[in-house]
Amino acid sequence: MSSDSKKVLTQPIVDNNPIALQVLGICSALAVTSSMANALVMTIAVVLVTAFSNLFISIIRNHIPSSVRIIVQMAIIASLVIVVDQVLKAFSYQLSKELSVYIGLIITNCIVMGRAEAFAMKEKPGVSFWDGIGNGLGYGAILIIVAFFRELLGFGTFFGIEVLPLIQNGGWYQGNGLLVLPFSSFFIIGLVIWGVRQWKPEQVEKD
Amino acid sequence: MSSNKETFGKTVGFVTAVCLVCAALVSISAIQLKPLQVANKLLDQQTKILEASGLLAKTDGSSKDIKATYAKFVEAKMIDLDSGEFIEGNPDLFDERSNSRDAKKSEKPKNDIAGINRRSHDAVVYLVRNENNVVETVVLPIVGSGLWDLMYGYVGLESDLNTVRSVVYSDHKETPGLGAEVVNPKWKALWPGKKIYNSAGEVKASLVKGGAKANDIHGVDALSGATLTSNGVTRTLQFWFGEEGYAPFIAKYRAGGVN
Repeated sequence: MSSDSKKVLTQPIVDNNPIALQVLGICSALAVTSSMANALVMTIAVVLVTAFSNLFISIIRNHIPSSVRIIVQMAIIASLVIVVDQVLKAFSYQLSKELSVYIGLIITNCIVMGRAEAFAMKEKPGVSFWDGIGNGLGYGAILIIVAFFRELLGFGTFFGIEVLPLIQNGGWYQGNGLLVLPFSSFFIIGLVIWGVRQWKPEQVEKD
Repeated sequence: MSSNKETFGKTVGFVTAVCLVCAALVSISAIQLKPLQVANKLLDQQTKILEASGLLAKTDGSSKDIKATYAKFVEAKMIDLDSGEFIEGNPDLFDERSNSRDAKKSEKPKNDIAGINRRSHDAVVYLVRNENNVVETVVLPIVGSGLWDLMYGYVGLESDLNTVRSVVYSDHKETPGLGAEVVNPKWKALWPGKKIYNSAGEVKASLVKGGAKANDIHGVDALSGATLTSNGVTRTLQFWFGEEGYAPFIAKYRAGGVN
């Protein structure tokens, strides 16, 4: 792997994180982070879709007429999302039941479209592919952090394994009802962004 | 290259080509994966029916054992809901969700307390036998509105067609941690032994806000923080065990038992 590929792979995880720095893809980050298992499957799905949409769009980038380029990008992204959805239904029925519409909504995830338009339309296929993986992982990293806190404090579990026994199951922990609801992700994402910008002050926007 | 890629003909040709490739990709994956998806769905349904009949705990949990147990003990039969009689028909082809959207195969309930809008004329009931070929449990599918959407599930009744063996929700969109607690094993464990009807034949099974009393033979604790889901479950039971639900079937077969 060349140093270029390494850079596009690792940069989106902290230095140029699509959620924390670019504040993209927040919508799905709210919906699928109620459990670690959901967040992990969503991460894998987004990594695959972003990587392959970047790859295919980059391969045909010199032939895409610029007047219809967004439509062409959408057609490729939508096809990939449908394939991912079908595969999930075939191999992990329970998770596909829980994630239901959110897999389909990867189509509207701004990160996928953003990388296709901003990166894959200009760069070579190899480096575009790694950029897709990097951005998917950057998105996934935030998802997993959010899901960790929501599942642990909301349900008292980690990947479904009981950590803090809930009162309704005969334990001592009163689950945090707020963290069970999707909008609580705003608080956690906000805290994550604050934390990252404390650590790397160059990410703070100038007034 | 860039000068001539913008012509009308080239653009149309390019878009057509991309669409054909994408369509082929989607179709191939959909067709290739279809058998696996259908098998998954069937297995999920069979698992829930076995759970409602109390047999799931006796399997080793593998898909092979679930299929074998289901094939050995469970018989699906079609009934006409109005008359309560068994009717001819292939239960494997029955689809409640498509029937209840079909004006010819369904009707508007007179008293739609469960909020289902239309009810299919027919239903499938699952007769679960024991080793001696005697019907031990009858599993009845139920559906009714929760807080967000319709909730689908099964009620397993003992052979007196009154005592609950279990209530299992298979498909719902209730709030995680609140209404979604309908699938919590601790809550489901409250159901076995409860009676649907009182001695006068009225539907009394319900969820009790604030907690059911220890000697309550009909009531089960409501779900805390989920009043609307709890009301939905109560109304679903009242509807499906009432006159427009399984009551004619139950009245017919309670005396002689189902065979």
